[in-house]
Amino acid sequence: MTRLGFLFFALWLAAAGARAEIPLAERRSGSEFMSPATRAMQDDEVTGPAALWLLEGEERWNGKVGAVGKSCADCHGDARQSMRGVAARYPAYDAARAQPITLEQRIIECRSARQQAPSLAHESRELLVLSAWVARQSKGMPIVPDADPRSAPFREAGRAAFELRQGQLNLSCALCHDRYWGRSLGGAPIPQGHATGYPIYRLEWQSLGSLARRLRSCTTGMRAQPYPAGSREAVDLELFLMWRARGMAMESPAVRP
Amino acid sequence: MARVVVTLPATARKGEVIEIRTLAGHEMETGFRRTELGVAIPRDIITSFRCTYNGVEVFRAELHPALAANPLITFHTVATESGKLEFRWTGDKGYTATHVAQITVV
Repeated sequence: MTRLGFLFFALWLAAAGARAEIPLAERRSGSEFMSPATRAMQDDEVTGPAALWLLEGEERWNGKVGAVGKSCADCHGDARQSMRGVAARYPAYDAARAQPITLEQRIIECRSARQQAPSLAHESRELLVLSAWVARQSKGMPIVPDADPRSAPFREAGRAAFELRQGQLNLSCALCHDRYWGRSLGGAPIPQGHATGYPIYRLEWQSLGSLARRLRSCTTGMRAQPYPAGSREAVDLELFLMWRARGMAMESPAVRP
Repeated sequence: MARVVVTLPATARKGEVIEIRTLAGHEMETGFRRTELGVAIPRDIITSFRCTYNGVEVFRAELHPALAANPLITFHTVATESGKLEFRWTGDKGYTATHVAQITVV
C-alpha cells in the first residue's frame, strides 16, 4: 500500500470510528425492543415482579441496623423526597476515594461507615432492595451524568473498555450496541445497551440484578474475562454507560427479558 | 420471608366482575437443577393457592415446577356481597402466606 493509500485508509478508519456512536436523537431504551407482554410487566407498578423488591427496600430503608442503631431514614428522611434524582447522577465522583463510585458502593459505604453495620455484599438481596428503592425515586427523570471534571479520565477509560475488542469472539461492546443494534442475536433483538433501568428484574435471572451483573453476563457471553464486582474497570464502564445514556429517562427498576 | 401483593377494587357494584391480581414472592426452585458439584437442589415451590370470598372458595390453583419465580396469578370473580377475601398460598418446606382484603359491594 502506498503512503497516500495508507493515509486514506487511516482517515476512513477514523471516520468509521466517529460514525459508530449513536446520534443522541436516535437513542432508544431497551424497553422499546421488548415484546408488548414484557413492557406491560414493566409498566405494572403494583403487581410487576420488581414490586416485591421495592416493598422490601422501603422496609429496609426504615429499619434500624448496626451499632449506631440508625436507619437510612433517620438521616435521609423519606426516600421519596430525599432520593429523587440521585440514581440518575450515579456513578459520581467521591473525593475521599479520588475516584467515581456507583450507587451500590455508596450504599455499602454508608452502611458500614455511618450505620456501622456488617458490610453488604455486591448482588446481595439487601443491597439490591435498597438500591432498587433509591433508584425507583428517579423513575422518569432524565439521566444527568456526573459533571465533575475529575471524573473525565475515568469516563474515557470506560469508553476505551466499551470500544475494546476482547474475548475469544473478539467482540467489543460498541460493535453490538453501537453498530449492529436492531439486528438479531440468537433470535433476540440487539438493544442499544443504555443503562436506564438498573437494577433490573431480568426474566432470565428470575430476580433483580445490578448493572454490574448484566455487564458480567455480557462479558462472559463474549467469552472474555468479566470485571470483578466493584472493580475500577467495572465502575469506569458504568460511568461511561450513564454518560452515553445522558438525558434519557430513568426506568428503574426495569424489566428485561 | 413470605411477601405477597394483592390488588382488587375496594368497592364494586353488585354483580360486577372484578379482577384480582396476586403476586407472591417465591424462588420457585424446580428440583431439576443441580449445583456445580452435581448435587440435586431440592424442589422448593408453592404448590397451591386458594382464594375464599366470605368463606366460599372462588378460586383455587395447583402449582407445579416450571412456573416462573414470583408467580403472578390473576383471576376474576363476581362481586356478590361486602366482606372479606382471604388468600392463602402453601408450598414446600412449610411455606405459607396469607393475605386478607376487604371489599365493599354497593
